[in-house]
Amino acid sequence: MRKSILSLVLCLGVTGIVLAQSGGVQINAGGATFPNPIYSKWFNEYNKMHPNIQINYQSQGSGFGKAQLVARSIDFGASDGPMTDDELSKAGFKILHFPTVMGADVPSYNIPGVNATLKFTQKALAGIYLGTITKWNDGELTKANPGVKLPAEDIIVVHRSDSSGTSYIWTDFLSKANSEWKSKVGTGTTVNWPVGLGGKGNEGVMGTVKQQPYSIGYVELIYAIQNHEPFGDVQNLDGVFVTASLEGVSAAAAGAAKSMPDDFRVSITNAPGKTSYPISSFTWLLIPAKITDASKRDAIKGFLKWMLLDGQKDCEALSFARLPTQVIAKETKAIDQIQ
Amino acid sequence: MGTVSTTAAPAPAPSRVQVFLRRVRNGDEIAHVVTMIFGASILLVTAALVYELWIQSAQSRAKFGWSFFVTSTWDPINGIFGAWPYIYGTLVTTTVALVIAVPLGLGAAIFLSELAPPKVSSSLSFVIDLLAAVPSVIYGVLAVFLLEPVMRTTIQPFLKHTLGILPIFKELFKGPAYGFGYLTAGIVLSIMTVPFIISVSREVLMAVPQDQREASLGLGATRWETTFKIVVGYARTGILGSIFLSMARALGETMAVTMVIGNVAKVSSSLFAPGYSIAAVIANEFADATSELHLSSLVELGLVLFLLTFILNGLARVMIIATSRRGAGASQR
Repeated sequence: MRKSILSLVLCLGVTGIVLAQSGGVQINAGGATFPNPIYSKWFNEYNKMHPNIQINYQSQGSGFGKAQLVARSIDFGASDGPMTDDELSKAGFKILHFPTVMGADVPSYNIPGVNATLKFTQKALAGIYLGTITKWNDGELTKANPGVKLPAEDIIVVHRSDSSGTSYIWTDFLSKANSEWKSKVGTGTTVNWPVGLGGKGNEGVMGTVKQQPYSIGYVELIYAIQNHEPFGDVQNLDGVFVTASLEGVSAAAAGAAKSMPDDFRVSITNAPGKTSYPISSFTWLLIPAKITDASKRDAIKGFLKWMLLDGQKDCEALSFARLPTQVIAKETKAIDQIQ
Repeated sequence: MGTVSTTAAPAPAPSRVQVFLRRVRNGDEIAHVVTMIFGASILLVTAALVYELWIQSAQSRAKFGWSFFVTSTWDPINGIFGAWPYIYGTLVTTTVALVIAVPLGLGAAIFLSELAPPKVSSSLSFVIDLLAAVPSVIYGVLAVFLLEPVMRTTIQPFLKHTLGILPIFKELFKGPAYGFGYLTAGIVLSIMTVPFIISVSREVLMAVPQDQREASLGLGATRWETTFKIVVGYARTGILGSIFLSMARALGETMAVTMVIGNVAKVSSSLFAPGYSIAAVIANEFADATSELHLSSLVELGLVLFLLTFILNGLARVMIIATSRRGAGASQR
């Protein structure tokens, strides 16, 4: 009796292992959390069209994506910030960047008694996050918001406590907008914030801002839209106060598309253009230039082509901005670089 | 006298090999080896843990040395890492948690073991054991939505206006009432550790022999003198053990702390100020560590936490041994 149960279990086990390995291409990927909603949708749709190709994406952060790609434990990675020259040279093999979608950061605030949409100048945001502007009725804020009665209360600043692409975009913008920020703090997914409370994830920042009166925090545009959170307008490079929207983000990318470098590593924060939203950014897929496994290579190239032509239509529904046509054209050509 | 035996001669004494083989067939030897492997594997896992922590933190240990423990800056962009704010935050929140949880837990345990009717005692203990099993992230969520607003609007201003007038407390309760900070994190930790203290202390107190109490009362001690001097005194080592067990939990608690401590890597003497703890920063920054030095520093923080827990548990052992020796000596007199 015992022997027959044991042999049955063994047979089932072997069958299971065999079935799991039969046929199909299994691709492992991982990285940025910001585009996870649309990546999940794309990989799922692509698998429905090509049932033998399965792409497994682990949304563990841009740092994870970069590190694991260099360690070659995933087939391709994803990152909200492009890899630096230093990181690329340390990798040991050539890595190509492919922008997929764009997103933006917005400043969300909670001031009891103030329901109007506030306008923030670049100096104001930098000052608030540096800790030099401490009260809501500071001249820099009242100047840009005539007609709004701002209270004489301390500003409670909120930032991200975890490493994040959202922080990368925000700090990149502040570095461009303010030289003091650039020298004192810099750009990164985790920085030495001069002031402020830390919240974990977009939810953490949003929750803290909602709980603390007279506070301000930055969250992703997608998050603010889908959760119906109010946010302020930001002044762009041309001096216009722009309300964050998918159109504003696309305008920023189109402005930068003219001078897009061949490797697609470009920052589009503070982009020129009257309608450009200044705190926008691409997010990239990191693909090795040389893929030895032919089936994986063809699957990845096929996915990229589909994503650029067909996948982009899924963007609006999930509140991501699609790539400008010039960038799509350039990328389609660049796919041939994957050997 | 002589027994009639059908065998020709007594069988020769079995050799050692034959004994061994018989034991293997019976399963004795296998059981011995298997359980020995299980026991050794615990030690091996611990050794492997320490080894990995040591190796992975090599880069930051080489770069910062002992200054890692006293530096307050944590700057991933410029590559400067210091552990002091995190060590301070961990110690402060654990201290606050114990200061609240120990009197509360011990008092509740004494009530449940000495004073409450048996039915009340057993049903309450059942509920307390359930509390001990609640996942810590649930406590964190409750803390953010229930505790933090209450702290910010009611408790912190109250403390400031009452105790905050006295000299030492003035310093402890300085600054604006954010709701997030060392005090809130300490309170959440105390809520999480109180069930452990209550359930273990209650067991230990109930295990004190009844004749100890009777002897004490017979000699003329009051109910309270009996309870505090004799019963608690007898159960001292078990109670200390439960306190150190809950301290170990408080030191390593991650999610509940990071949700209410404010996540600010600065040292402040005020309990109202936001801070950071070792477990919280590792949880927040590990997955996305931007550089090798950053990762190495986080691993070194993990090593620091491990050593902290190890040292405090070691002190616990020493204290238990010291008190039990004294206790045993006293009872022999």
